[in-house]
Formats: sequence, structure tokens, C-alpha cells
Amino acid sequence: MMEWKNTADVVIIGGGIIGVSTAYYLAQNGMKNIVLIEKGTICGGSTGRCGAGIRAQWGTEMNCRLGIAALDIFEQLDQDLGMSVGLNQGGYLLVAYSEKELDTLRKGMELQNSLGIKSRQITLREAREICPGLAADDAVGFFFHGRDGHADPFLTTFAYLEAAKRLGVTCHRHTECTGILVDGGAVRGVETDRGIIHAPIVINCAGAYAQFIARMAGIEIPNWAERHEIMITEPVAPGVCPCMLMSFSGNYYIQQRPHGSIICGMSPAGHPEDYENKTTWQFIEEMSKTLVRLLPRTRGIRIARQWSGMYDMTPDAQPIIGETDVKNFYHSTGYSGHGFMLAPVAGKILAQHITGKKPDIDFSMLDYRRFARGEHIRESNVV
Amino acid sequence: MEKEHPGSEEIYVCRCEEVTLEEIRTWIDRGYDTVEELKRVLRVGMGPCQGRGCQDILMRELAKKTGKPITEIEPATVRPPAKPIKIGLLAEEVEE
Repeated sequence: MMEWKNTADVVIIGGGIIGVSTAYYLAQNGMKNIVLIEKGTICGGSTGRCGAGIRAQWGTEMNCRLGIAALDIFEQLDQDLGMSVGLNQGGYLLVAYSEKELDTLRKGMELQNSLGIKSRQITLREAREICPGLAADDAVGFFFHGRDGHADPFLTTFAYLEAAKRLGVTCHRHTECTGILVDGGAVRGVETDRGIIHAPIVINCAGAYAQFIARMAGIEIPNWAERHEIMITEPVAPGVCPCMLMSFSGNYYIQQRPHGSIICGMSPAGHPEDYENKTTWQFIEEMSKTLVRLLPRTRGIRIARQWSGMYDMTPDAQPIIGETDVKNFYHSTGYSGHGFMLAPVAGKILAQHITGKKPDIDFSMLDYRRFARGEHIRESNVV
Repeated sequence: MEKEHPGSEEIYVCRCEEVTLEEIRTWIDRGYDTVEELKRVLRVGMGPCQGRGCQDILMRELAKKTGKPITEIEPATVRPPAKPIKIGLLAEEVEE
């Protein structure tokens, strides 16, 4: 149990990947007395439930910039944090099923290429070389980026946490934020079920619960939670689906982990906004049909487990990063299903900003007030 | 490197994911004192048997290390399916 102090220089709310990476980079940038609070256990929310994909093939400039910068960091992360994060760059293979979708993905590729992301359009034959046994005769086009792939969300989170602790970060699990202290238009700390912590800076990294935390400070953000289901098979020999196979219109993502198990998911019908992480038999049935249609040899593989997790959605499927109308009360949330893969860069740029350095990426357009101003453009490349 | 828990490196608690007693003890010492966190960091109980073989041992080890009675150690969330099912079987159209 870590020692409880009622003062800190900064309090971070949320023990998912965004919270721990932000804590780590703040400490790395010289900040002291960093306290992270988590109402449950570390990696117990959306991070630990996610599909584990990492990619730079995005449809908006900001997501592309964040995506490629995150990949740059992921490629160095084992050395930086002193622990393996399970990186495996088998690439993302995007599948288009209509001319319209082909056009959208091609525009995305042109944008990506202009930003240094070496994605390319490939033929069905090439797609089959990358993903042997792929049955996609009804597809009209394929796009591939070889640096995309997979990292282990658990190991990445714990690697950041352990590195942060070595730099002096305090982490309180089983500690729920129950209020935000605001005085004179500025944040003054947090109220928790274990007592008050006075702090001049507070960062909301509460994922799907961020809108409730924001409201405690009188800030309204247009976020909502959306339940997504996912499943994993028993581990099998490699080569069944070495890349992330993904389609936005086909509504699937499928990838074999380095460990051998195949992880796959799809978007739910409607927008289930419960916080119960429920699972349905309809999902594993639908997902199994998709698997057999795309990769017939998965027929004999057994499903080990299914679960669900919450996407913390924003109206444009891009995150909210930055200060709010309450001075020194920051947000890093609304990752819309992509928080894990963007976390390394998200933590880094916000930490640079807070410690008075120039962020690697100018993220001012991710201010939450963009929605009220009607300045947002919806990301197209999401499942 | 000096062994922190001599003898326990050859004892496999989770056979599906090949997790040893030594690894479990090492991570409990680092403060990972819940089943959920040990599961996430070591994959203990995440194999095809879903912890049937190892969860009791894991909980007993946690009880010993934390000094809590075993009734106060939270088990991992139970996730469907109860037994692994073949994808082909689920994908088949069911005759109404």
C-alpha cells in the first residue's frame, strides 16, 4: 500500500493506459509529487478489454499524426520502459467492399503518405501472401501498412506503471474520485472516498467515465460510452491471421496475437450505452460466421472467452486533450476505441505541454470546445 | 541473479499459460495483490481452461501473502463460454 498524502503537485484520475502513460511522461519531464488514483484495479477498464491493435492508417490528419508518432514510440518502448510490451508489427490489412469505400480509403492513404506513413494499396494476391487463406473475392480493394500491428495492453500499461513508480509516481488503487475541488475558476484538488488531495493540477483520464468526472467540475463534454464485444480463441500455431485484418463496412477486426490466440471483434448494432460490460451469444455467433467466411480454416479453432468493454466516444471519434474552462483542470479522454494505441504519444504531448515544453504535436485542435463551435470532422476509419 | 523465491521457479501453477509460482510471488511482492491484476500481468488463468486448474492456488497464495482470509480474495470475472466451443459449430445455421 502506498503512503497517503493529502497534497500533490498533480493528480491523475484513471489507472488505464492514458493515466499511466501521462503519469510516466510527467515524471520524465521533471514533475514531482504525481499521484494517480484509480477506483478499481490498474488496467481494469477499457484498456484491459481492448482489441490490442496499433495503427497509423487513419482518415483525419490529426489521428494520422498521433498514430505514426505513437508507432515511433512503441518501437522503442521495451528499451524506454525496461520491460517487454509484446510489440508485433504484422501490419494492418484494410478491406474495402464498395467503390465508395475504396475511394474513402484511397483518400486516407494519400493523406497518410503525405504525412510519411508508408501505407499502400495492394492486390488480392498480395493480400493473400500477407494473410494466407484469406477468402475475400467479394472485396474490391486492399490497403496495407506494415508498421501497424499489435502490442499487449496489459504489459504496456504495467510497463508504464512500473517505470512511473521508479520515477517516484504514487499510485492509489481502490480509490474513487467523488468530487473536483474548484475555487476562483481554477482546480484545487480532488475529493475521494479515502479523503481529499489538494493539488494545483488535475488531469481527467477516466475513459468512459470522463464525462461524469468533468461534470464534478461543472464542465460538460459531449462524450458517451458505447459497449463493444470481443472474443479470443485458444492459442494455435502462427500464420492463421498474421496481420490485423480489418474492414469498416465489413464490420470486423481479426488478428492473431504473437502468443497464438486470435482476437476479434465487431461493432454492436445500435449504441448500447450501459456500463455493465455485458456479453451476448449473438455476438459470438455473428463473429464466428464472419471468421469462417473470411478465414475458412478457423472452423476447427475453439473460442476460449468473450467479453466486452466501453469505447469512450466523442462526436468526431477523435480525442479531447487539453485544459478546460476550469484553469489547470485537463482532459485526456474520448479516444473513441483507440486510446490504447494512441496512449504513448497522448501522454507525452500533454506532459510536455503541462511542464511548459513545446509538444511534439500541436494538439490545440483537440480542445473540447471544438464541438460547440462546430469545427469537428468525423473520423471515417473506425470499427 | 539471486532467486527471490527458491524452489518455486519449477512449480507451474497455470499449466495453460505456463506461469510459475515464482512469477506469481514476485509480482505479488511488487504490489499486484488482486487476482485481476495478476491475471493481466502474467496471463495466469487466461488459457483454455479459464483458471479452473489454477485459480484456487492463486487465491490461496494471495491470502497467504496479504494475510487476508481467502473469503476476502475476489476471484476473477467468469467469462463465457463455459467450455471452449469450435468456431465452425457456432457459425453453422441452426435449423428452426
